[in-house]
Amino acid sequence: MIRSELLQVLAKDNSELRADEIEQVVDIFFDEIAQRLAEGGRVELRGFGAFSTRQREARTGRNPRSGEAVTVPSKRVPYFKPGKEIRERLNK
Amino acid sequence: MMRSVGTLTRADLAEVINRKMGFSRAESLAMVEAILDHMCEALERGENVKISGFGTFLLRDKNERIGRNPKTGVEVPITPRRVLTFRASQILKDRVGQG
Repeated sequence: MIRSELLQVLAKDNSELRADEIEQVVDIFFDEIAQRLAEGGRVELRGFGAFSTRQREARTGRNPRSGEAVTVPSKRVPYFKPGKEIRERLNK
Repeated sequence: MMRSVGTLTRADLAEVINRKMGFSRAESLAMVEAILDHMCEALERGENVKISGFGTFLLRDKNERIGRNPKTGVEVPITPRRVLTFRASQILKDRVGQG
């Protein structure tokens, strides 16, 4: 499923809404999650999962083409932990 | 240290939809649920879910392997299973960014 397919199924269930309204709602949904993660916060959607961020320490990597050692700076990365309910639903 | 912010929940997402779209609180919460339900259903059908600009929810099939009960040390087989992972898009990675 890609974003446009999600918009389509939502449109089918919500015929009272315009396509652009559904698109705005979906944009708000993912944008708010991204914004909270960018602020260093956490997002918890029971049953689905929880988004958080994790700190990656600086490390010495290698340029795969030249083999040259390069310093990869420390950074914060998004992390998702699936919830119990979805884990079980995937293995029915 | 990163400034500490609270946990965002379904209710918070619904609140933003209510405020920005003018939908009722109940409608807004129903939309949040609907988005999550449709994503869960697709994943249950075995489809990956790809949201451009955000990331991809990827299914991975794990083979059986031998694990160990960490308390007792007894070896037990871990049954084959399907697990869900998330790959953030480059846009989301950039937004979460440097630390």
